[in-house]
Order: sequence, then C-alpha cells, then structure tokens
Amino acid sequence: MTRFMRTTTVVIGAGHAGLAMSRCLTARSIDHVVLERGEVANSWKTERWDSLRLLTPNWQSRLPGFKYRGDDPDGYRTMPQTIDLIEQYAEMIAAPIQTNTVVKSVIRSDDGYQVATSQGDWQCRTVVLAAGACNVATIPAAAAGVPSSIKTLTPIQYRNPDQLEPGGVMVVGASASGTQIAEELHRSGRPVTLSLGEHVRVPRVYRGRDIKWWMDAVGVLDEFYTEVDDINRVRNVPSLQLAGSDDRRTVDLNSLTDIGVKLVGRLAGMADGKAQFSGSLPNLCSLADLKMNRLLDRIDEWVAEHMGAGEIDPPHRFDTTRVEASPPLSMDLTNGEIKTIIWATGFRPDHSWIDVPAFDRKGRLKHDGGVVESPGMYLMGIPFLRRRKSSLIDGAGDDARDLSAHLAAHLDGRVLVPSACYAEQTAGGAT
Amino acid sequence: MSTTAKPIDNGVNVQALLDAREALSQAPEAAQFTWRAKCEWVKGTHSRSTVEGFFGLGEEQKHRKKYSFEADHPEVFASEDNAATPVEMVLAGLASCLTAGVAAVAQRREIQLRSVTATLEGGMDIQGILGIDSDVRNGFDGIKVTFDIDADATKDEIKAIVAQSQKRSAVFDVVTNPTNVTVEVI
Repeated sequence: MTRFMRTTTVVIGAGHAGLAMSRCLTARSIDHVVLERGEVANSWKTERWDSLRLLTPNWQSRLPGFKYRGDDPDGYRTMPQTIDLIEQYAEMIAAPIQTNTVVKSVIRSDDGYQVATSQGDWQCRTVVLAAGACNVATIPAAAAGVPSSIKTLTPIQYRNPDQLEPGGVMVVGASASGTQIAEELHRSGRPVTLSLGEHVRVPRVYRGRDIKWWMDAVGVLDEFYTEVDDINRVRNVPSLQLAGSDDRRTVDLNSLTDIGVKLVGRLAGMADGKAQFSGSLPNLCSLADLKMNRLLDRIDEWVAEHMGAGEIDPPHRFDTTRVEASPPLSMDLTNGEIKTIIWATGFRPDHSWIDVPAFDRKGRLKHDGGVVESPGMYLMGIPFLRRRKSSLIDGAGDDARDLSAHLAAHLDGRVLVPSACYAEQTAGGAT
Repeated sequence: MSTTAKPIDNGVNVQALLDAREALSQAPEAAQFTWRAKCEWVKGTHSRSTVEGFFGLGEEQKHRKKYSFEADHPEVFASEDNAATPVEMVLAGLASCLTAGVAAVAQRREIQLRSVTATLEGGMDIQGILGIDSDVRNGFDGIKVTFDIDADATKDEIKAIVAQSQKRSAVFDVVTNPTNVTVEVI
C-alpha cells in the first residue's frame, strides 16, 4: 500500500509563477505545497547563459505583495540578481516549498490528482503546473542533416563563448535568445551567420522611455487572451528582440549587421552538408519593420491623448532593416568555416509526465486561459497564457489571482467561466 | 470609414475561408490536398498542359471545366513562340498567388481595393541552361515583384497586406524554399 501525503493543492515549480500562485493560495487559506525539482529558481540557476540579464527593467518585476524599492528602477537584473529576487520572494511569502523533489507523474484520481515524486506521493484535489515554458529547446528537422564535425548547442546548454571552439558560428533563430547570443559570439571573434525566420523587432528605448514601459503604460501587456484574433498563433510568436544592458542599447538585425554578423534567410533544409536558406528574408524583415511601426504608432497615439506637449521626446521612426540584395541561399557546412551551430529556434514546456486526457494532436496541453481541460488542473507561466505579459515575471501576479479564483471556486463545487476570472484584486488582499 | 459606407467587397468570401480554417483545424486529414497537371508534347519546344481533377477534403474534386495552358520558347531560342515560356508561367503563377492573397487579406482587414497590378521580373543567366558555365544555376538568380495598389488604406497598411500575402502564399513558398522533386519514367 502506498501511503499518500495529502494537501488541497500541489503547485509544481518554485519559480516566479509557482510562487505567485502560492502567495494567492495562502491569501485564500488554501492548503498547498510547492514542489521543486531542484532549488528555488532552478531554471534561472541552471539553464541560462552567464551574461543574460532580464529583458524587463527592475521596476517591472512586480509580484503579488512585492515591488522594486531599489535605486536603479530602469536597470536590468543579472541572473544572480534575478535568483536573489525569487529566493527573497519565496522567503517573504513563506511559501511551503519542498525542494529536490522531482515530479514523476500526475494522474487523475477519484477526487483530484495523484502526484508521484522522488520524495513520496501526494494526493490532492487540484494541481498547478508552473514548471516553466522553456523546458525543452525545439530544434528544426533539418538538424538531422548537420555534418557530425559541427558541434551544436541550444540556448539551454549555452553558457559563454569560451565553450565554443574558435571559428565560425551559425545561429539559427532571431528572437531574444538568438540575437543576444549572436551578438556575444560575434564580439568574441567568432564570425556569426544568423539564419532567421519570423521575428519581432522593437527598439530598447523609444522617445526616451524603455519599450516595456510603453507597452505597460499603453496597455499592450495587459491585452487579454480573449481579445486577440488567433490565440494559438499569438502564443507561438517569437520573443521580442531585446537585450538588457547598462547602456540600454538596441540589439536588432541592423545593429548585428553593423558589427559584421551576416544575415541569411530561414533555414529551409540541409542537403549534402549544405544548409539551404529560404529566399523570403526581405519579406520577413519587412513584416517585422511594419509590425514595429504599428506598435510605435500606437504609442504615439497614446502620448497624444495622455501626455502634455514637451513632456516626452518627439516621435521618430527607425531605419528599416537592411538586407543585402541577394543574400546567400546556401552555405557549405563541410569546409570548416562553421564550427558550431546554435539552435535558438524556440522552446516548449515538458509535460510528458502529465497523464490526463487533455492533450491536442500536437501534444500541447489543452487549456482555456490556464484552466486545463481536466477539472482542477491549472497551467501558469507560458506565453500569452491569459495576457500578453503572462510569460514575464510581471505577468504571474494577475494570472495567479485569476486562476486562484477559479481554483477556489472549483474546490467549492462551482464552475467559473475561465475568461471571466479577471484579476480579483481584492481576493485575500494578494495584490 | 463612416458607418454608412457601402460594405467592403473585394469579391472574396472571407467568412467561408474562416469557416474552412476552423473546420480543417478540427479535421487535419481533410486538409491534405494533391494538385495535378498533365502535359503533352506537341512539337519542338511546344507543349500543352491540362488541369482538371485534384484531391482534397477527403475526396476527388474537379474544376468546373478542364483548363489548358500552352508553353513554348521564343524565336530567339530558335523556337516557334506558340505560347509563353515555362519560366514566364512560373512568374505568372507567383503573381496570381500573391494577388489572390492581397485580395483575401484586404477583405479580411476590411480594406476596399480599387486596382491591383503586379509587375514581375526574373533575372536569368542562360549560360546555366546552355551548359556554358557550371557555376551558373539554371533558374532565376532572383525575382522582383512590384505591386501598384490603389486602395482605401495608408501606404503602410498596403505594405502590410502585401507582406502578409507573401507570408501565406503557396507559390511564394515553392519558389523561395527547396522542394523534393522525384521524376519517374514508366
């Protein structure tokens, strides 16, 4: 006979999302435990490269009951500072965390779920999955054709340039990870070719303010998942091309071209040791430029309505992305020029240990704004879960407030409409 | 943009397309299509292709009627020039695909089109097809498409429609990405 430990809610993952949920559950007096496979802030400690800094300014990492009080609100946290933030938050809210506990499976039981772990098994009525959105690096099928002489790394494995042999690097993917790693490697003296598909271009600073400040002020980050045209598409849009640095510089395709990074089209295939690139590069750059300008238009409209003349720098537009007239359509990977390939081609969560009949045909957990299609199961911390900011530390609070309200109702035998649980700011004072 | 204006009509049934998208996302097997063409040699470089049937939505489908396209080479290639050159038909296919996309995207974005003209140019060094220089490819060294669009929209809105049309175009994908081609003899 297996002896179960019992609690009302098991939260899986002690990162910012799991902790924000823990705080909201405590505020509602819902008995729970937070299970963590490693230590608090585990993926920040073990799965990020050395120079990475948060892409959001310090003031913006708000969590229920916490806001930044330091003297550098516009700075960007280093990884050790980010880990400090999350550890201190865990301590501040006295989260009931059990570390070094690997969850092996979650299965449905009569009245909820059984959670099997490396430290014993739990029986609970509700489960919150907050184990991160970036557990597994997605790698394109073309990777199978890469010559064996070439070393490949994902951003999860990448730490710093010294890890790579001297010589050329092909970085595949131009989201936040791809562009930052491309810049760092190229500056280390390893000539970088950046193969890029769809990407999202934004300036770091516009009209004197951080782009994240604008996105927050204008309401972009608060856009709700029911307000967008095609939520599945939006959830798969690559991350913004951004970097956090002391000089608040913009890292985009033009800045990379300026330092000598070579831009090529989307990796379309691999044949006979040659990488083949799509001829659609100019259009992808054009799409990103137009999309950036729509965001800037929206900011300008907001300024015109909400700010006085002279209060803010005047509007302007950035140079369009420069693309050479005939970018190469293939590259020989056998001539020794390229030593390493970095697959910055996105991430997905690992839900392989969850055994509930709620996966779609592409293996994604089906959910409505974080309310999984398995009663009493909730998902946190994935891109655009409920709001555009859901993947940010700053987004965890509102999502946790919404979903804890739904969870509490579920425990009471009531069913709420997932999209109608809308940041109950009064819920237990967990603001 | 006033509410009394007559409805935007580019002749595209966007609702039907959206309904099909919804239906096919639930039944991905019905989304598997096969397109076919048949080509008969006439004489010299002159040939005649026909299209009629195709497969999709889980069953055989038919065009309203059989369509045929002739192709030949121009007189400067010592041919009779009975019809367009096959590479020109590729340009025509790309142009038609992008133009259809422009109409559909504009309809979806509620933008009235008045005229759409696409002009295409494909550069080619025929030393490739003539086997003079093996470093020269047979195909286009690049294709340039120029759209001239008159519509009730800003310049950036029009650019965004054209960009979105490329993003969703089958022929644009065919010409910008490698495709495995197997040719058999029976």
